[in-house]
Amino acid sequence: MTAAIEFRGVSRIYGEVRAVDDVSFAIEPGEFFAMLGPSGSGKTSCLRLVAGFDTPDHGQVLLDGADVSAVPPYDRNVNTVFQDYALFPHMTVLQNVAYGPRVRGVALAEREQRAREMLELVQLGAQGGRRPSQLSGGQRQRVALARALINHPKVLLLDEPLGALDLKLREEMQIELKSLQKKLGITFVYVTHDQGEALSMADRVAVFNRGRIEQLAAPRDLYLSPATAFVARFVGSSNVATAALATKLGFDAQAFAVRAENIMVHGESASAPADHACAPGAVVAVQFHGAASRWQIQLDAGEVWSALVPEDEAHGLNGLNVGARVKLCWPRAAAVPLTEPAASA
Amino acid sequence: MRAASTFFWRRPYWYLALLLVPPLLWFGTVYLGSLIALLAQSFYRIDDFTAQIVREPTLATYGQLVTQPANVDIVVRTVTMAIAVTITCALIALPIATYMARYATGRMKALFYVGVMLPMWTSYLVKVYAWRLLLAKEGIIAWFVGKLGLTGLLDALLATPAVGGPSLSSSYIGMFLVFVYMWLPFMILPMAAALERVPGSLLQASADLGARPAQTFRNVVLPLAIPGIAAGSVFTFSLTLGDYIIPSVVGAPGYFIGMMVYVQQGTAGNIPLAAAFSVVPIVLIFVYLSIAKRFGAFDAL
Repeated sequence: MTAAIEFRGVSRIYGEVRAVDDVSFAIEPGEFFAMLGPSGSGKTSCLRLVAGFDTPDHGQVLLDGADVSAVPPYDRNVNTVFQDYALFPHMTVLQNVAYGPRVRGVALAEREQRAREMLELVQLGAQGGRRPSQLSGGQRQRVALARALINHPKVLLLDEPLGALDLKLREEMQIELKSLQKKLGITFVYVTHDQGEALSMADRVAVFNRGRIEQLAAPRDLYLSPATAFVARFVGSSNVATAALATKLGFDAQAFAVRAENIMVHGESASAPADHACAPGAVVAVQFHGAASRWQIQLDAGEVWSALVPEDEAHGLNGLNVGARVKLCWPRAAAVPLTEPAASA
Repeated sequence: MRAASTFFWRRPYWYLALLLVPPLLWFGTVYLGSLIALLAQSFYRIDDFTAQIVREPTLATYGQLVTQPANVDIVVRTVTMAIAVTITCALIALPIATYMARYATGRMKALFYVGVMLPMWTSYLVKVYAWRLLLAKEGIIAWFVGKLGLTGLLDALLATPAVGGPSLSSSYIGMFLVFVYMWLPFMILPMAAALERVPGSLLQASADLGARPAQTFRNVVLPLAIPGIAAGSVFTFSLTLGDYIIPSVVGAPGYFIGMMVYVQQGTAGNIPLAAAFSVVPIVLIFVYLSIAKRFGAFDAL
């Protein structure tokens, strides 16, 4: 099967900055693909290269097997939901949605009919006559979605589409986007800096860092077996031991990661359970998060690690305050070896 | 001091009143008050025998304005010039403003803004008289046209009935050139300001949805620039309608509204007619703005 999108050794360089640095990957048709990374990691630059707002300095961008590196955005069968929605303020909601067919020469009656159907699809059937400025953020988001979908694109690009919405609305929209994608069967490329969003919706996630893909894997694999220190920290908010730290703690000189929920906090004098590794430290902070508390521990060997302690296990730790001496222990099997030198993060 | 601050902090309306009353008093009396006094004068008339102003409400002066062919000629001449100047300024300003707002960055952008404003920082009179010399029969423009071997073309242009004349400096064409030169910055700056406010993502969205650059310009850029064009055209239009120096220094001898106001209230002492003439631009701008509004020029505001 031909890939919906393929990058072959793509680089985009702005002056001294390699925004996209020799990136190669392929996205299958119908896939929900997330590009995850902090700001400036190159994920949005990649999206712009797919949309055609930018052209690569090296390498090729292929859509459906054809090299589109030099094809302008208006000749690509790709549509975008913009971070700021980019709705036309001087048009009604219906005119906004009908804009794609309009510039492609579809007659007024037909394009308005199609626009109304799209508005129905995003549950905004009654809002067609209003201006974007009269809508709420969530409604604008849906209009942007309807406008991008009306041209029946093969690929829909979403640039941090939920970033401006509040938490509850964001969670609702995540479920809606996922079901919409299943229903329409088109390829979604979803750019976000929110790892929860990427993990909950995507079939596969590419983790970007400094213009490169650190790891490309299914959400579960990414979470359970991060390949690099960066992925371990960014995706799983794991504790990372560099090779140097591992040596100091008395292990082999091999970098590894341990997720916070696998770490247990014990009093200093407690003995280590079988098959567990331990490291001594002092409590820096305890944050209450409801079902669990996050303990920040300064290891004697350097680095601050965090442990996620469920409420029902917390009673044994009463009386341990900031500054108290503790021992962090984790099952040896929970330590994920990292393949790259952890120093790179 | 602290008590006073607290007093106003807790009573924002008092604070606002303190802030606004002095300038509003000034604005109300000096600007609007004098304008109303002027407009009121247009409803008086002058007694032809005694040359005294008769202070009784009458429409006689307006009657004089709209029935005497010489006065109607002046209005038509001025309005035609104002329309031509406005359209020309808009056509020249659009590409420049587009470049300034959408493409130029850093040093280049600063250079353009300074370049557009620089001519406004020097004396208006100096520029008008300089233009008279530039446009004179033996002036540098005629000389340069001669060097290019195009004197025949210039003569043909000057032979055009109504707008031609013995030389550029004594023709309506020359006057038109000076008006366009003078008011161009007043069109470029509001237009550039309007274009600056159009987010780049709107243009990307338009292209993303399949619009070619010309379609994006027509459907997105132009509608969003129109409030700026409207603001700029109000400047160029009203400045041309009211100006009396350019028509008296450069161009053919026919009167313009501004000159008429100057002459009537000065030498002729006919304040009511001068006032009636100065009402004309106000009415025309109102008409222009209501037409523009009807066509949706301000919908994007």
